[in-house]
Amino acid sequence: MTTTRIIEIECQRFNPQTDSEPHFQSYQVPFSEEMSVLQGLQYIKDHLDGSLTFRWSCRMAICGSCGSMVNGVPQLSCHTFLRDYFPDKVRIEPLNHFPVLRDLAIDQTDFLAKLESVKPYLIPDTEKTPAQGTYLQTPQQMDEYYQYSECINCLLCYAACPQYGLNKEFTGPAALALLHRYNADSRDAGSAERMEVINGENGVWGCTLVSYCSEVCPKGVDPARAINQNKINSTKDYFLRFLQPRGGK
Amino acid sequence: MQVIQADVVIVGGGGAGLRAAIAAAERDPSLRIALVSKVVPMRSHTVAAEGGAAGVVRGDDSLENHFDDTVSGGDWLCEQDVVDYFVAHCTDELVQLERWGCPWSRKEDGHINVRFFGGMKVQRTWFAADKSGFHILHTLFQTSLRLPSISRYDEFFCADLMVEDGKVRGVLAIEITTGEFFLFEAPAVVMATGGAGRIYRQNTNAGIVTGEGMGMAYRHGVALRDMEFMQWHPTALPGTGILITEGCRGEGGILVNKDGYRYLQDYGLGPLDPWPRPKAMELGPRDRLSQAFWHEQQKGRTIDTPKGQVVHLDLRHLGRKKILERLPLITEVAKTFMGVDPVVSPIPVCPAVHYTMGGIQTNVRCETSLSGLYAAGECSSVGIHGANRLGSNSLVEIIVFGRVAGDSAAQHARTVTASHGDSIRRQAEASAQHLLSLLGQETGERVATLRDAMRDSMESGVGIYRKQDAMQATCETLAELRTRYRGGVRLDDRNRAFNTEWLTAIELGYMLEVAEALAHSALQRRESRGAHFRLDGYEERDDERFLAHSIAHFRGDGPPLIDYAPVTITRSAPRTRTYGGAGKKAEMT
Repeated sequence: MTTTRIIEIECQRFNPQTDSEPHFQSYQVPFSEEMSVLQGLQYIKDHLDGSLTFRWSCRMAICGSCGSMVNGVPQLSCHTFLRDYFPDKVRIEPLNHFPVLRDLAIDQTDFLAKLESVKPYLIPDTEKTPAQGTYLQTPQQMDEYYQYSECINCLLCYAACPQYGLNKEFTGPAALALLHRYNADSRDAGSAERMEVINGENGVWGCTLVSYCSEVCPKGVDPARAINQNKINSTKDYFLRFLQPRGGK
Repeated sequence: MQVIQADVVIVGGGGAGLRAAIAAAERDPSLRIALVSKVVPMRSHTVAAEGGAAGVVRGDDSLENHFDDTVSGGDWLCEQDVVDYFVAHCTDELVQLERWGCPWSRKEDGHINVRFFGGMKVQRTWFAADKSGFHILHTLFQTSLRLPSISRYDEFFCADLMVEDGKVRGVLAIEITTGEFFLFEAPAVVMATGGAGRIYRQNTNAGIVTGEGMGMAYRHGVALRDMEFMQWHPTALPGTGILITEGCRGEGGILVNKDGYRYLQDYGLGPLDPWPRPKAMELGPRDRLSQAFWHEQQKGRTIDTPKGQVVHLDLRHLGRKKILERLPLITEVAKTFMGVDPVVSPIPVCPAVHYTMGGIQTNVRCETSLSGLYAAGECSSVGIHGANRLGSNSLVEIIVFGRVAGDSAAQHARTVTASHGDSIRRQAEASAQHLLSLLGQETGERVATLRDAMRDSMESGVGIYRKQDAMQATCETLAELRTRYRGGVRLDDRNRAFNTEWLTAIELGYMLEVAEALAHSALQRRESRGAHFRLDGYEERDDERFLAHSIAHFRGDGPPLIDYAPVTITRSAPRTRTYGGAGKKAEMT
């Protein structure tokens, strides 16, 4: 169990101050059975090369910091184990489809703007004070939205999404899943305000249903299903507006 | 250097910082609020909290119960007036979170469900499966997006406080992406920077929990209170230290040693039956449970694994349905990181450092001794945890006192006229030059070398059980490590842009000072209380001499000065802290 083997970790390097193009650098890393890819990167940082740059924090797949391409697949590096790649080398690159700030650290600002654009908060009918107590919501009503609330914003789904690769304006899987999370919440009355994002050309209709987003999600969220659901809602909305130009909600 | 003018600067984007920002923005929408965080807020360590947050809701519970559980759980080192304020506001804040969308777990009728936690008379813990911190954090973050007066500075590393004439005047931060310095000038600053768990090795805490927020306040003359009280969570995965929530035991999980024996009955937590019952066996408090593990290990009754000594947390009798519904995260975590499915096998667990009970001393309004500086959450010592925090009190602390801190800071910002002086810019320049000098150092040791030496020394000297000689040795090691740090750390990375090695070097400077405050506070407390337990002739609580808060004062390059302050006792006089014993079987919901 504790035997130490050596694995080659090949990392993409890019320093905006000195490099015009990214390049790869290899490190020989001793590892034990339980070591994650993240722990391999930490070993490099601590002992071999303090300049290797990557994000990490919780190391238990809940903070969403450490997404990267591991042998071409979007993964959380804390949730991926070196033993599964040995004796071959493992190649780590920054998440696809995002600008690179340095080495494995990508620029997340585009996602943060998209998240904000879907109004990811409850928009209630009437504001109540805490003194009026909580809303009632049955477990069945929670089931309608709960899985979509489990998104950790790790951006693996954006790295997996061919549409986002082609068109950076596409709102994208995680943000659309979170939009649906609030629309499907019985406490929310804000669907009409979010319809513009859904209907727009960069909303749900931008999705071509490849569904790789749902496959790579480390938390079992199904953004493809949320998007599909909203294609139906968007269609309904279109016809309702056609039938009742003023009365439709 | 870029200069940003703000009315309130909040350092830290976890639960406390976000709640403070929302409170300040709601109190006065005209205030300019700068939320400065070294990570994008939803990456903050609040995200990893699992079990839940305490708030009285049941008919058979009361604020008095919550007060009693908290004060006795804290071994009477709590500020009782602050605890009163706290318990009176927990439920309102939890309801507020629900109104903002937090998906608390429900009963069939649609009402909020609550579960047991250790040291609790009645079920009081609101939970969102076992991802309570995650849902609280995302709810707060997403809600904050509604408020345009909150300007976020994500991935800005706060590196120093600006102080003049006994008043805080702002903070100096590094924009991580570029390595550029930013001076945030503001009359009010809220520290919401989390704990210092990473000064230890075996740890449930995320990598960002490095305590530099405490260190900054401390270096500027604000005292750190009760630092010797570090909490070991009794159930973490061996090796990684990943947390396995107390909610497992709250739902009925049991702890057994290598003989399959529920050993807690030997440590004042029995008898076994009726099971489950509150405040007994596996529903005892964390300090007692971690101490019991240590004794089992001494007796050779723990289980030897390649990753260290463990006991077994057994959930199997709860059944697949309940485990998957109530404890999905730990099920996934146990599978991924231990290769164990809790539905069919017990989970190997051992204690790991979890929570910093001490911190920046504040009053009930979250004010520190430095005018304009506030603190909330784990970085603070507002006085509710005493010598041992009860599980479920910290997630609710961040929202109760996050709001207080935001309110207080907003109020202060409105009453104080900001003065923009060249002297603050000069102070910021000097501090920036000092930080930059770390980048140019040609000789010295690696950050990891000094950091690992600090962690090993903390584990050996100020662990679950403590002795004079070992604590003394740790104090000496820390002094030596501070000298070596001043002698220089040598970085591989000399760039400004996204230089995380540089940031860890800055963190390390603060960590060593915070670690020293902790070790000296421990050394000088010659009694055992809560999580501070000595084995060198001071095994008993000594209310005569030590019913007092330790107060650590920064003394430059030398060791800290430790003195003591009285504890506010309003109505609960110290008595023997008892768990276990007779009791009624609890109905689980």
